[in-house]
Amino acid sequence: MTESRFKGTNSYIATDDLSMAVNAAVTLERPILIKGEPGTGKTRLAIEVAESMGRPLFEWHIKSTTKAQQGLYEYDAVARLRDSQLGDDKVHDISNYIMRGKVWEAFDCIEQPVLLIDEIDKADIEFPNDLLQELDRMEFYVYETKKLVKARHRPIIIITSNNEKELPDAFLRRCFFHYIKFPDQETMAQIVNVHFPNLKKELLSEALNAFYKVRDVRGLKKKPSTSELLDWIKLLLAEDIPIEALQTENAQSAIPPLYGALLKNEQDVHLFEQLVFLDRRASPQ
Amino acid sequence: MLIPFFYMLREGGMKTSITELLMLHDAMKSGLASQSVDDFYFLARSALVKDEAHLDRFDRIFGAYFKGVDDSLSDLLQEIPEEWLQLQAELQLSEEEKGLIESMGGFDELMKALQERLDEQDERHEGGSKWIGTAGMSPFGAYGYNPEGVRIGQQGSRNRSAAKVWEKREYRNLDDSVELGTRNIKVAMRRLRKFARGGAADQLDLSDTIDKTARNGGMLDIRMAPERHNAVKVLLCLDIGGSMDDHVRICEETFSAASSEFKHLEYFYFHNFVYESMWKDNRRRQSEKTSTLDITHKYTSDYKLIFVGDATMSPYEIAYPGGSVEHWNEEPGAVWIKRLLNTYPKAVWLNPEPKIRWDYTPSVKLVRDLMDDRMYPLTIAGLEEGIKALR
Repeated sequence: MTESRFKGTNSYIATDDLSMAVNAAVTLERPILIKGEPGTGKTRLAIEVAESMGRPLFEWHIKSTTKAQQGLYEYDAVARLRDSQLGDDKVHDISNYIMRGKVWEAFDCIEQPVLLIDEIDKADIEFPNDLLQELDRMEFYVYETKKLVKARHRPIIIITSNNEKELPDAFLRRCFFHYIKFPDQETMAQIVNVHFPNLKKELLSEALNAFYKVRDVRGLKKKPSTSELLDWIKLLLAEDIPIEALQTENAQSAIPPLYGALLKNEQDVHLFEQLVFLDRRASPQ
Repeated sequence: MLIPFFYMLREGGMKTSITELLMLHDAMKSGLASQSVDDFYFLARSALVKDEAHLDRFDRIFGAYFKGVDDSLSDLLQEIPEEWLQLQAELQLSEEEKGLIESMGGFDELMKALQERLDEQDERHEGGSKWIGTAGMSPFGAYGYNPEGVRIGQQGSRNRSAAKVWEKREYRNLDDSVELGTRNIKVAMRRLRKFARGGAADQLDLSDTIDKTARNGGMLDIRMAPERHNAVKVLLCLDIGGSMDDHVRICEETFSAASSEFKHLEYFYFHNFVYESMWKDNRRRQSEKTSTLDITHKYTSDYKLIFVGDATMSPYEIAYPGGSVEHWNEEPGAVWIKRLLNTYPKAVWLNPEPKIRWDYTPSVKLVRDLMDDRMYPLTIAGLEEGIKALR
């Protein structure tokens, strides 16, 4: 079944502004750039868009050594040289040694695919500039075979960035942009509900309260995000922690159980423990 | 209809381009935002804003334009002073009290009243029930209680009653007006790159392969060579604490740009000036010190030395033994910096203070003399000059 509008799925809550940005990008066939805190579901979005719209998904994960050319194609000259020595017949056709990249695969797909370019900021600073033409015109030239590769259908391109490097303006102008802000308590409750449908209401609201309290602590290096919350709730359920452990009269001075799942940095854990300790001293019971 | 809005965005300091405006028109033509103003706001935001730091500015301009208040742009760009809104006290209201202030009239009236009161009020205010501030019962401000209130500059939500999406200004603390992005710094630093081959041989060396194959009588002899890497080595010494507190942000940016650009980057901290030791971890600066002599022995003289500091101190701290503000130094700092400069001939000093202020501080002149005038302001232009001197 092919759906032309994206509205979130059974396992992914999309806010109105996010679905608007995605739909605009789909309609105008332009790339969409997604930014946000780590763990707010940027990569997940591409998977869910592909699934809900019934489109094939091509994932291109970027590393610090990735070159733009690798997404298009690579020419394996060494293999061809070797074959020529062995007298292999394959050697006469250069196209036997052209390895297709993810972008080519997506261009060649029979129906309109979703192409995820994950963590584009990990690559070299010139990487986005090298892809401008390809993303704009949705075509590129293979010099070895003197052929122009054109997209059958302009793919839905979803690009994620963690803000490690700033992206060039020329690249940004061609994209729609969405910043996934950290969900508020109501949206968060929906998200948790989608992942743990049988969670008791009281436990959920207590867990959320405790979670946002931890997030509100000033000076944390890495604030816990949605994925950490989901892990933590999974742990709470696995350990069968009673609700009472989350409920305390003086909420300020309580350390939530299993908080190691929320704070991933020993300086943060230390800071948090110190604050709780100070609070306890300030308000003796 | 969007053209005045477009120009207002540009006047407001956003770098919105024609491409993006056309993109928005295109999107509207395909009927994406025909349903409501909220839809249009979401669409315009995702087409015109490309940096989360500008989201708040966009919200303000959008709000102003679509209420027809387009003449007061300059007022809007003036922030409501942060201090008015800082959370100082929290008001505990009983149920009866909440009942008392249940109704204040419609939303439009509130907005009009807010504008009036902004004009009247010119001081920070806290508590009370009329002025804008925190923890009061006035309809304007934050951390207080008024069911029909307008939230201004509140972090996190209390009573959750502000009205329109763009007026919530959820992106407030992301706004920054830093001129110098890390991208610019990185691009400037790239000029220092020097490529050299090293590591595992994983690339085909074409000319060597042809050469060897020809000598081999036509039998293929494949030669491989290692990939080229940036071989520049940098030793970064950062002034920390005291007068440098004002420049923490730019120093962090320079540091993060440098650490991602150079493979061999070593950094040390010092306070005000270099003496017989420096340290790597600021929190253990007393216990884990590295002797400056050890540094000069460990890192060879092909390292490029970069100091980052404001060089603002008492001249005694440079010229006399025992001049350090923190400890008793047997030898003056000037001797130590000379030792460092002898080991590392390629060295610059980057100063975050603006250049026009350098002449008013005697210690800056002293440091410039010691550095043979290789001091540059920590701006893009200064950085480029400094990099030139390092090459």
